[in-house]
Amino acid sequence: MRPYNLRVACGAVAALVALGGCAASVTVNENGVRDDTDAGRAAANGPLVTVDPDPFPSTYRPLASEPTAIVGATILDGKGGRIDNGYVVMSGGDVRAIGAGTLRPEPGVRVIDAAGKWVTAGIIDIHSHLGVYPSPSVRAHQDGNEISAPVTAEVWAEHGIWPQDPGFGRALAGGVTSLMVLPGSANLFGGRTVTLKNVPGRTVQAMKFPDAPYGLKMACGENPKRVYGAQRKRAPASRMGNVAGYRQAWARAVEYKRAWDAYADKHASGKKAKPPKRDLELDTLKGVLEGDILVHMHCYRADEMAIMIDVSREFDYHIGTFHHAVESYKIADLLAANGTCSAMWADWWGFKMEAYDTIRENIPFVHDAGACAIVHSDSDVGIQRLNQEAAKALADGRKAGLDISKAEAWAWLSLNPARAMGIDGATGSLEPGKDADVVIWSSDPFSVYAKAEQVFVDGALMWHIDDARHQPVMDFELGQPGEGDAK
Amino acid sequence: MNRRSILAAAALLTAAIHAAIHAPGTARAEAIAVVGGTVHTMTGTPIPGGTVLINDGRIEAVGAGLAVPDGYRVIDAAGKPVTPGIMNAFTRLGIVEVSLESATNDDAVRALDFTAAFDVSYGINPRATAIPITRVEGVTRAAVSPVPGDGLFAGQGAVIHLGDGDDVVVEPRAFMLAALGETGAAKAGSARGSAFVTLITAIEEAARYRDADDKDAWEGAISWLDAQALVPVTTGETPLMIIADRASDITQVIGLSQRYRRLDIVLLSAREGWLVADALAAADIPVVLHPLDNLPADFESLAATQHNAARLHAAGVTIAIAGRPGGDNAHQSRLVLQYAGNAVANGLPWDAAMAALTVNPARLFGIQDRYGTLAAGQDADVVVWDGDPLEVMSAPDVVIVRGVDLPLVSRQTKLRDRYQNLGRTDRPFAYRR
Repeated sequence: MRPYNLRVACGAVAALVALGGCAASVTVNENGVRDDTDAGRAAANGPLVTVDPDPFPSTYRPLASEPTAIVGATILDGKGGRIDNGYVVMSGGDVRAIGAGTLRPEPGVRVIDAAGKWVTAGIIDIHSHLGVYPSPSVRAHQDGNEISAPVTAEVWAEHGIWPQDPGFGRALAGGVTSLMVLPGSANLFGGRTVTLKNVPGRTVQAMKFPDAPYGLKMACGENPKRVYGAQRKRAPASRMGNVAGYRQAWARAVEYKRAWDAYADKHASGKKAKPPKRDLELDTLKGVLEGDILVHMHCYRADEMAIMIDVSREFDYHIGTFHHAVESYKIADLLAANGTCSAMWADWWGFKMEAYDTIRENIPFVHDAGACAIVHSDSDVGIQRLNQEAAKALADGRKAGLDISKAEAWAWLSLNPARAMGIDGATGSLEPGKDADVVIWSSDPFSVYAKAEQVFVDGALMWHIDDARHQPVMDFELGQPGEGDAK
Repeated sequence: MNRRSILAAAALLTAAIHAAIHAPGTARAEAIAVVGGTVHTMTGTPIPGGTVLINDGRIEAVGAGLAVPDGYRVIDAAGKPVTPGIMNAFTRLGIVEVSLESATNDDAVRALDFTAAFDVSYGINPRATAIPITRVEGVTRAAVSPVPGDGLFAGQGAVIHLGDGDDVVVEPRAFMLAALGETGAAKAGSARGSAFVTLITAIEEAARYRDADDKDAWEGAISWLDAQALVPVTTGETPLMIIADRASDITQVIGLSQRYRRLDIVLLSAREGWLVADALAAADIPVVLHPLDNLPADFESLAATQHNAARLHAAGVTIAIAGRPGGDNAHQSRLVLQYAGNAVANGLPWDAAMAALTVNPARLFGIQDRYGTLAAGQDADVVVWDGDPLEVMSAPDVVIVRGVDLPLVSRQTKLRDRYQNLGRTDRPFAYRR
């Protein structure tokens, strides 16, 4: 096969540059498939062809920050712990120390007196459509659903994101430091999700969370069958059709994976081997079967979630998170046993039949069953006050007799979504060595009156409620009424 | 009988049926004394350790150190806030069960030759699940509004109480809703200029109909049905609620109010209202708003900010709080307290927020003689809270509507009780009640 392009990866630099002279050469065939092995080139059989898993690599770099100690605060560490009169020390973009009592900061460390204030791990929203359904919500901006076929695992949310969405800045003011943007739920397979640091960028690549795994958005229930069956007179037209659609796609993915595995085996044995024809849709599904891509499935009803768990067993993949999951409380034991998270609203209900059985205790009941509970927004308004959503759920859980602390509830907003997104090694809790994604709240963030006063992403001050120099104003907002106003 | 007479007869018959089913509710009003709470009367400063006496559905007396007469059931509210029941000034309670199931929606008129005449009160279902689901959060009154269907006029809204019984409509045809801005333009000629002309024409024609001697000979630019429905709007007897957001649209509405001085105009939404706050105050136009709007969601809300409520209030505009016009007002009207709390977090004084949930909407919709304050003679809508009513972690301990202490039970609490403790699975869940 004749390479049409020659790129060279230089040492540890992740970016590919079109220059000669570096050691490791990479060929890209006409299918866009990359070979990055030296040994392969030498083999009589030609190099092993593999697929580049990261063709739109993150260019995010943390902003400059100064070593900072936040002292005297009530701290919720994001993994269930609480420290009264505690401190958090950040430098070089990471949390360096967290503890109780008086800190004697080293010279050169800026000290923020946060007495009376609360400090938490940054909020992580696992379900956002910022950028793909941006403000203003005009027709030209509807980039979140590829409504042209029910199986579109080949599309990627990051290709539809408008980085100038003012919603990112509003979410930042609400203490959101990371988020996952998903395709919508019109399709059985909506496409790939992307995980972002909530920092303004000229390009989506400049916002991408480094090394975050991809997710695959899938959808149960009413939406796909309505969009295709009812509105377009084609499959799926029923929940039966939905499940047939998933299974047929997974069956093709299994075959595709088998073809690539057979090719790799044959190649390894030195026989003449031809790589399978590249299929972008099946690349994504194969990534799920290999455990590299995490499944995020929009599903409301308990019985449908149970069906989907069986589908996942049939094709040997794992459903990481059910999103919306308004009936998770009915099967919280099954979800706990399957190790599947539920990403939930506190109280949305009734807007369609599959959302009819909402209870306000869904989140605390899932938590109480030992399953993974997450508070999500799915909204450019809700994302601005996810702390209030957690507070409502916590209050209702307590009224139902559950003993849940605020510190535990904060994990619904930080470590649990971080785990479900595969970024818990980097963020989601305030621990030495993790990213310094930190929020200083004016008061107890379980209060409606609390405001995020300062928000740090990788230790850099990205939002300050009283300082316009630390308040993003998106391009769209410039020169418009309300530019730079307190929002 | 001509067509008009048949329709008129049908309307009378429907009204008669409506009256006939105004039977007493299933629960009875009793004599109750709510004692020891901090009583927010909404007529003056709160009364610590106050007593609210309730009898025969009404508030009998409110004050500190009142003696509890014999035979009154005592509710101990020691140290807790006691407020009037909350009112949401814009909902679709009782006219939508499941939004995406159109057969359960009675909120919009389409494909008919009238729009303003549409009357939601006939379609209000007192047994809608949303009513107890909303009530247990402390909401006891609501404006139930149509939403724009085919026309610029959405139709006539009603005021309901959220108590038990079949007689939840306390004020049918309490207001008329019309849309300007992008929504109105889309319904009337696809431009703002045509929407305003449509609105002005309707008002002028309704006035002509009102003053016509021979109404049977009506030949006008709007149907006689719409003209008839708009007559009380032309006199200011019925408020005209207008959806408008862009500052320029609001300015035009202010101009309308100066041109037609008898109109009782209420603005709905007004996301850029703060830009023209002084003019709104000078024109004495109240605003029903959603405090969370702060995104440039469209080109008529570029200046939206959560400070809108505080800025309008500071300028002297009377405000009431609700969800956004296009939001899920059918199911989430219970969140009006959270909305108000956020308005306070963004500068609105707490007392003003409480007024925006009680006395202000009562005045807007003309029910202030019955509801809105804790004062003798008012309907006994009384809520005892376990904390600051505007706090997201607070909830009612007691909800009394028109003198009836209603259990804090809804379809949602029943589902909760059925599925709490999944481990107890001796029999299928369907047998658990």
